Amino acid sequence: MPVAQTMQAVPLLHRRHPDSIFAWQGGKAISAQRFLTDVLSLAEKLPANPYVLNLCADRYRFAVVFSAAMLRGQISLLPPNHTPDLINRLKQCYHGLYCVTDGANGPAALQTIIYPDLSGINLPKSAMPEIPASQVAAIVFTSGSTGDPMPNEKTWGAISRSVTVEAMRLGIFDRGDLTLLGTVPAQHMYGFESTVLIAMQGGVRLHAAKPFFPADISESLQEIPGPRALVTTPVHLRALITNKTALPKLELIVCATAPLSRELAVQAEELFGSPLQEIYGFTEAGQIASRRTAITDEWHTLEGLALHQKGETAYVSGGHVVGELPLNDITELHSETTFLLHGRTADLINIAGKRTSLASLNHQLNSIEGVKDGVFFMPEEKAGETSRLTAFVVAAELSGSEILSALRQRMDAIFLPRPLHIVDTLPRNSTGKLTRDSLEKLFQQCNKGQIK
Amino acid sequence: MNTKADINKTGLEQELAQHIITALNLDISSAEINPLAPLYGDEGLGIDSIDVLEISLMLTKQYGVQLRSDDENNAEIFASLRNLANHIQQHRTK
Repeated sequence: MPVAQTMQAVPLLHRRHPDSIFAWQGGKAISAQRFLTDVLSLAEKLPANPYVLNLCADRYRFAVVFSAAMLRGQISLLPPNHTPDLINRLKQCYHGLYCVTDGANGPAALQTIIYPDLSGINLPKSAMPEIPASQVAAIVFTSGSTGDPMPNEKTWGAISRSVTVEAMRLGIFDRGDLTLLGTVPAQHMYGFESTVLIAMQGGVRLHAAKPFFPADISESLQEIPGPRALVTTPVHLRALITNKTALPKLELIVCATAPLSRELAVQAEELFGSPLQEIYGFTEAGQIASRRTAITDEWHTLEGLALHQKGETAYVSGGHVVGELPLNDITELHSETTFLLHGRTADLINIAGKRTSLASLNHQLNSIEGVKDGVFFMPEEKAGETSRLTAFVVAAELSGSEILSALRQRMDAIFLPRPLHIVDTLPRNSTGKLTRDSLEKLFQQCNKGQIK
Repeated sequence: MNTKADINKTGLEQELAQHIITALNLDISSAEINPLAPLYGDEGLGIDSIDVLEISLMLTKQYGVQLRSDDENNAEIFASLRNLANHIQQHRTK
């Protein structure tokens, strides 16, 4: 079995014939050899800087940039968002950070290279490069409680092993005929692992597109020959089901980022005629478990991983996980390798797969000049709906839109409060704390229009 | 939020504003949506990508309009309620 971690070096692509198809881009097949040529040619054009922000929207180009940078010993940074504020902070911590994009321009603060046309370059066939397993390939960030991004280093050996065991669990390892289409960006951990790295290391084909609307997803699937698999999120699944979108036959659906209901999983399996595997993971560990949501609530850890409980917190270790990492969810262990999830611990916010903490959001809110006091609040989730945050703010001299405008500079739009309520005071108790009950009450009052 | 109701909406714009408010669960009246203000970004409604997906589902259901992300006019389509209404006018199948 190919267990990357025990190897000294891991090839850029899992063994495959140079002429075999590695990717589909705009309906055209790209061979493994063509991919290697693009990677080697781009590697020569990159500046000699240590860190790169890869903003290519096309997944094939993303894979080329990631690989070329890694061959040059450079580290790809994957921050939780690309707000001007966060880019500036990253630039200060990671000297020499530059950007490669296939869009018109990159962030104003960074030296930017536009993805060049490499189609005219041809190189003689060469051996697949091998990269040391211990080399740091990427740094993936979570937002810390003060709003400063917290770095998590990912070695090439660990991420290779992570997607190898994922591909095995999904039953698609070394399936050179299967194409994976993702609706999630390659710039976040789930898309990075389950659409890009899994193609490179799991021996399947990558689809370059990043379709968004139901009609796009259908079209992207139709432009390639089968067999096909769809890597997506509950939000997109619900959109496909609501829209009754006709899709070509799927062999597999993979879903992650937010909890998926049994009902939606059953509907998706019926409508698209394929099994749906849900993946569970978090940035620090990567993916750690999967389940067939339509038939079971129980999660099974990926190969090599084990869970154990310390007090109220469950920890995962072994396999591709470095050290021992706490789960941010309330966990009920059935064995070392099987468990149930019972919702997230109170501080953690996950909207459409983007994660942050209430502590971080509150810190950002209270750092706005003119805000005397303020707190974010996540209402109870309703089935089938994407819950949105609300916020209560004490700020006599600011308007709602001024506060929103300041927040927009500091956080991803998805976390902006909807709605934002300006109030006279917050219901702090005698020790200055805000309880969930008191905020729930305030939320109800605001909804009834008693407070505007 | 723009509270000026001095710019008159067409019938379709009025209806569309109401559909958007319902689809996105917004805490405003349709009179508060200026038909010329941007739907995205700092002014106007400040909608994000999940909202765009919600709006796309509503457009398919109500008007039979399918949005595409490779449509280069998308930024223009979502530039204002008026532009969105014009797009529907041109592409509606029901």
